[in-house]
Amino acid sequence: MADKIKAAIIGPGNIGMDLMYKIINRAKYIELDTVAGIIPGSEGLKLARENGFNTCVNGIDGILGNEDIKIVFDCTGAKPHLIHAPLLKNENKIAVDLTPAAVGPYVVPAVNMHEIYNTDNYNLVTCGGQATVPIVAAINAAAEVEYAEIVSTISSRSAGPATRQNIDEFTETTSDALVKVGGAKKAKAIIILNPAEPPIMMRNTIYCQVKTPDEKAITQSVLEMVKKVQEYVPGYSLKLAPIIEGNKVTTIVEVAGEGSYLPKYAGNLDIITAAALAVAEKAAENMLNISESTRGAEQ
Amino acid sequence: MSQVRIIDTTLRDGMHAVSHQFSPDDMATIAQSLDEAGIDTIEIGHGDGLGGSSFQYGFSKATDEDYLKAVSSVIKKAKLDVLILPGIGIESDIERAAKYNAKVVRVATHVTEADIGEQHIKIAKSYGMEVVGFLMMSHMAPPEKVAEQAKLFESYGADMIYVTDSAGAMVPSQVKARIEAVKATVQLPVGFHGHNNLGLAAGNSIAAFEAGATSIDGTIKGLGAGAGNTPTEVLVAIFDKLNVNTGVDLYKIMDVAEDIVAPRMHRPQVIDRASLTLGWAGVYGSFLLHTYRAAQKFNVEPRDILVELGRRKTVGGQEDLIIEVAYELSNKK
Repeated sequence: MADKIKAAIIGPGNIGMDLMYKIINRAKYIELDTVAGIIPGSEGLKLARENGFNTCVNGIDGILGNEDIKIVFDCTGAKPHLIHAPLLKNENKIAVDLTPAAVGPYVVPAVNMHEIYNTDNYNLVTCGGQATVPIVAAINAAAEVEYAEIVSTISSRSAGPATRQNIDEFTETTSDALVKVGGAKKAKAIIILNPAEPPIMMRNTIYCQVKTPDEKAITQSVLEMVKKVQEYVPGYSLKLAPIIEGNKVTTIVEVAGEGSYLPKYAGNLDIITAAALAVAEKAAENMLNISESTRGAEQ
Repeated sequence: MSQVRIIDTTLRDGMHAVSHQFSPDDMATIAQSLDEAGIDTIEIGHGDGLGGSSFQYGFSKATDEDYLKAVSSVIKKAKLDVLILPGIGIESDIERAAKYNAKVVRVATHVTEADIGEQHIKIAKSYGMEVVGFLMMSHMAPPEKVAEQAKLFESYGADMIYVTDSAGAMVPSQVKARIEAVKATVQLPVGFHGHNNLGLAAGNSIAAFEAGATSIDGTIKGLGAGAGNTPTEVLVAIFDKLNVNTGVDLYKIMDVAEDIVAPRMHRPQVIDRASLTLGWAGVYGSFLLHTYRAAQKFNVEPRDILVELGRRKTVGGQEDLIIEVAYELSNKK
């Protein structure tokens, strides 16, 4: 299998660059072709050129019309993505959306990738959603979650202006995904920024009120899920295995970043780029398999 | 005669001391008596503000809506006030409070994170509410930083800035320096919210007033997180001696304390070894009761948990870290 699916990144900021390095280091089924920005002298575009990728400064226009590019990572913002989504759809390009625009269905690779393989727009929820939805889904599978509540604490340094100006988007999108993907009947999400120096790692506390608090089944289900997430987020770890008090289950997970482009404390950014890559890889693998089998049928 | 505005938060910060278990009826009774005594502004809700009812902070006895409904129907003169911590409460919570005639919203952020409040300040302003930018844990930042963050709140449209000693960790000179720095930087009135972990709540409040603060927080009987807040009835008596008008009737507010609030308290509001540790180590006051519970569960010393939380520079809202710290301490034993 010599071919790889060509991909592009729009938005060469922190998220876009972290993703670029992850594609360089880890991708098996996709290769990066173009990085699109809007600021000619930006650090991100410079890094992209240094790494041998095509760059353009006219944003999405630099990608549209290029038939080779099949997958586009949108690392801009919710508003731009609302404009980008229909344009990409028109050209049959798959959008992997790292903004909170929520045009397409939520995807959390360890939980529902297999269910939504045929969409053309994947939404990556939020960093908190990527960290906590898997745990809620695991507990739900073992014990039926009536109510899920998560608390994500991230270092102030890793929260950019977009997060800060729209902090309600985090709480609302995350709680929505805890229900839609995690399977909880009701949910609540809380985010806390901590300015301590040195910066803290991203930590997430997951509280679940369950119907059938079977400790062994819950623990086993959570441990298996943690392994699944670790396949694409190596810095994901269980800090406190499920503690059960009555119908309440408390679990804590920590996310350390890979530290290749962004510092290790930015686990909240790492987990979303890692999830985006996992989604794109799966979509690319499917495309390659389909084209292989079509070739097979023609022969 | 000079004036000071008293914001009574018995029915919000005081909720911490009763694990958020006041009923809507309790709130209505207390609010009515505060109103009749002449309190200017009455803050209500879960201890952690709108949307605070949760596993993380404890579930309140009733919903925000039930409390708003109960109180808004009984107060006649006082302004109804709610508090929101961005990251916990959301815009629709403010919208609901506005519907029940809340006139004041306090948008509370950690002292270095004012910019997460922009969205909420603007939404509250769009409902015509008075907005207070509330800088929690002010002891953790130097005066210049507090002033810089106050300036951000001002730029988003806040009407007043509060310097908040959430950990009851400041001494009068530190309060004075922060109030003065904020006053020198913004054009807005400035207020102070004190806690009594070091026994300095009333003294710090007077220091704040002397430094130019024109609004001071209190709670009846000092009911509140940690060792509690500045007792409202004590503030009224002190200001009266200073010949400063609060608009509050001293005998009536004393009676509210003794006859209405005292019978509803769950425990005496005192400076014990753990609450003193909060002030000394600079830890968020609401952690106290959660710490007692975790200490019991994991069989560790509450003070060790609090000191470790201080060492880790925890901020308001990180109640979940208490479990982790207690668990880790128990494993070290």
